[in-house]
Amino acid sequence: MKATLRILQKDLLIEWRARSRTVALLSFAYTILLLFAFAIGPDAAALRQHAGAYLWLGLLLSSTLLLDRTMRIEFEAGAMSKLMLVPVPATGLFYGKALANLFQLCVVGAFSIPLVFVVCDAELVESIGWLLATLFLGAAGLAAPGTLYSAMIARLSGKQLLLPLMLFPLVVPVMVAAVKATSLAMLGDPMNQIESWLTLLVCFNLVYWSLCGVLFGRVVEA
Amino acid sequence: MDDLVQATNLGRRFGRRWAVARLDLTIQPNERLLIIGPNGCGKTTLLRVLSTLLPAHQGSINWFNGDTEPRKHIGLMGHDPGVYEDLSASDNLRVFSKLMGTEPGDTANLLQMVGLDDRSDPVARYSAGMRRRLALALLLQKQPRLALLDEPFAQMDPGGIAQVSSAIHALPGAVVIASHQVQHAAPLCKRAVLMDEGQIRWTGPADKAEAAWRALHKERGDL
Amino acid sequence: MKSNWEIGVGILGLVMLIWAHYTGLFVAPPEAMMGDVGRILYAHVPTAWIGLLTYLVSFIAAVGAIWTGKWAWDAMVEASVEVGLLLNVLLLIQGSLWAKPTWGVYWTWDPRLTTCAIMVVAFGVVLTLRRQIEDPMRRLTLSSIATIIAFVNVPIVYLSVKWWRTLHQPYSSPDTVDGTMVTPLRVAAFGMLFLATGFVVRRWRQVSKKLAIEVQAPDLPEASPPLQVEDAE
Repeated sequence: MKATLRILQKDLLIEWRARSRTVALLSFAYTILLLFAFAIGPDAAALRQHAGAYLWLGLLLSSTLLLDRTMRIEFEAGAMSKLMLVPVPATGLFYGKALANLFQLCVVGAFSIPLVFVVCDAELVESIGWLLATLFLGAAGLAAPGTLYSAMIARLSGKQLLLPLMLFPLVVPVMVAAVKATSLAMLGDPMNQIESWLTLLVCFNLVYWSLCGVLFGRVVEA
Repeated sequence: MDDLVQATNLGRRFGRRWAVARLDLTIQPNERLLIIGPNGCGKTTLLRVLSTLLPAHQGSINWFNGDTEPRKHIGLMGHDPGVYEDLSASDNLRVFSKLMGTEPGDTANLLQMVGLDDRSDPVARYSAGMRRRLALALLLQKQPRLALLDEPFAQMDPGGIAQVSSAIHALPGAVVIASHQVQHAAPLCKRAVLMDEGQIRWTGPADKAEAAWRALHKERGDL
Repeated sequence: MKSNWEIGVGILGLVMLIWAHYTGLFVAPPEAMMGDVGRILYAHVPTAWIGLLTYLVSFIAAVGAIWTGKWAWDAMVEASVEVGLLLNVLLLIQGSLWAKPTWGVYWTWDPRLTTCAIMVVAFGVVLTLRRQIEDPMRRLTLSSIATIIAFVNVPIVYLSVKWWRTLHQPYSSPDTVDGTMVTPLRVAAFGMLFLATGFVVRRWRQVSKKLAIEVQAPDLPEASPPLQVEDAE
């Protein structure tokens, strides 16, 4: 538990010191969103209809960059060996890094939402609480398996391309639920469906945050 | 006196090649041991196995009389510096001390001992030699009962060599140094061991290490 | 001399499948809602059941591999994922063939079809990992983890896509099966089971043999003689 906090603090410190990279990541997310808008063209209705989808696609693509980077810093100069020797328990390491990833994904999401609203001329019909809850739960759904898989990939040099491929099947339920919930929040939810989508996200998170924590230890040992 | 570390018939392979084989080694508490040998003789592998990071494929090792959590008291200065490039030197020291659950203490002093200024630059801007000095500082901070140093003098300028030597003097506990630079490492050690092709060929006092090295070359016909 | 019982079982399965498909195609009555198109049922349903069963085997094998670290489990992971993937791809093709005359398109976001496609990627990743990792122990660990996660994900994906779809429009699929259709269906199911078993066990033997050679420890080198060092100076 203490280890989790300390790893979280360490990762947040590193990201703060290297905040130019976070700015680059946000620029990437913004570019994606703008490209979507250009690709759709001046069809205002379509943009408004699918604003939720663009938001989450942008987040998903940004997440593959983020997840790869946050794990790579442990391996590029051999810091992982030092962590193993402290010794930092593997579960503490996992949850610390996953929480740090979650935090950063939420930051990217929080910065992306205003842009989506502007570019797609979207509205927020339901309360902002739903939107923020969706952002948090969706980001969590990406963070847990993403942290596990990025650790797997970081050991295999030169195989960064595998990460999006490996994450894709896992991420489908998250995307489906998050996009639906976001769209409902933006366009209106007459039948009160947002809750069931968020429930799905909660179940997904419960399963994967526990499963990945258990499996992480085997991934980082020699 | 109980042995600090006891390795019996140690073996470790990579694929079909045994990097370390039939290796028996004991390390006494507070002993200073030098390991020399040609490139590829298995020094690095041996150090990594002794550090617990690499499991052995054969034989057994006993650390600290059967301690089940030996890692807490083992420090390794390996080929990679083991640092976070985005953080400054003192940031790195503070991060690791927090992870160990100890107070960071006087980071500026620690850095001075290895010849580093307490700059706020990220380590990414450091030269290779500076990074290794930071790795040594991290090792000093840990105060391990068993310190393993893999080529501590590599990439050091003459001033650096003097500083590394005095830093090694300041290490508590047992120190195992693997080094090609026998002339710098031997004065720091009491006992030496010569490895070749994964096995120990000779063991004796550290001041005879150079002679053993020459004998090996003679046997191989290099000289 | 090890018995190769799986060959016999596999051939039995093939025979049963041929009988079941013949019966299904020519003898059994056409399906109530879909007519003759419904006959693909005899191929499609057993493929689905046995495909899922094979993946279940791979999940159990992966858990066994992680738990025990024994190579037999690892070989079973590879064998069952391979056969499962084959059935999975077959299922996708059958599903598309069914979709065209039924819904007019080859692809639609039917929850089962979608889950099927995602499973191909998830389990395909397992095989990709196995090809990419050279160290046998790491390969065992990482591919088992990927298998466990891929399998756990299957019901989640299915549920989420199902909810997503039903909120759009209801979809039709044959759930009730007429009496005269039950027998060929059952035979087809068991036939597929035996055939798949034959394949999996055969593959398992092959992979086990390959692994045994790979992980076999090479002989230790000869003990080197101690070095003679003259006492100079």
